[in-house]
Amino acid sequence: MSDSMSKIIRTTADVMFMFIVVFGFYIVLHGHLTPGGGFQGGAVIATGFILLIVAHKLDDFLGWFKKKAFQNFEMSGLVLFIGTALAAIPLGYLFFRNFLCGTGGLFGQVVPYGINPGFLNTAGTIPIMNIAVGIEVLGGLSIIILYMTSGISNHEEGE
Amino acid sequence: MIELIHILVLIGLVITAALIVWQKDLIVAAVTFAAFSFLLSIEFYILQAPDVAIAEAAVGAGVSTAIFIIAIRATHDQEVT
Repeated sequence: MSDSMSKIIRTTADVMFMFIVVFGFYIVLHGHLTPGGGFQGGAVIATGFILLIVAHKLDDFLGWFKKKAFQNFEMSGLVLFIGTALAAIPLGYLFFRNFLCGTGGLFGQVVPYGINPGFLNTAGTIPIMNIAVGIEVLGGLSIIILYMTSGISNHEEGE
Repeated sequence: MIELIHILVLIGLVITAALIVWQKDLIVAAVTFAAFSFLLSIEFYILQAPDVAIAEAAVGAGVSTAIFIIAIRATHDQEVT
């Protein structure tokens, strides 16, 4: 795809990108309190990057974000997920044990009894795994579209 | 009130689904498919499934429309008869 879309579409994509990414991170971070979670939030963030890929030239987009960055996002998400699951074993628990729950530290607040609006600093390792899945889905979905667009560009140059 | 919105969303789903099939311009058909996904996510929300609604809105209206638009740009934007 060697051409970009019109100036109206490019400006709208630039403005909407920030709001889409912030909303996606909101869904990821509140995954244990509200509907949504790692996959949904990661897909929303990837939609923001895909909007930039469709609206702009591919070379402009690759000047802002490298392909290697998305590959590193995907890799670090998977490593963070399995690392959090494996970190329970040296502490004397079973695999995937929620060892941060109720300890008072990071995400370790005890949930009060009764009806409450929900507290962000609870639920132990579940928010960490939501963040890991969010980063992984963001990298994966973005790089699918990125490689598809690169393939079309190479095909057009070859003709 | 919610019954009226529900009926309107269902009528809109049928109309957009028919427009996707009958449309000759493929870019217009792809954008109509995004509108269909948006109405479908509202339907999921009315049926008490907000989790599925967010996934449908992100993947159906965002990612698959981008895939269609990129594929149409690489080929022709008119239906071959």
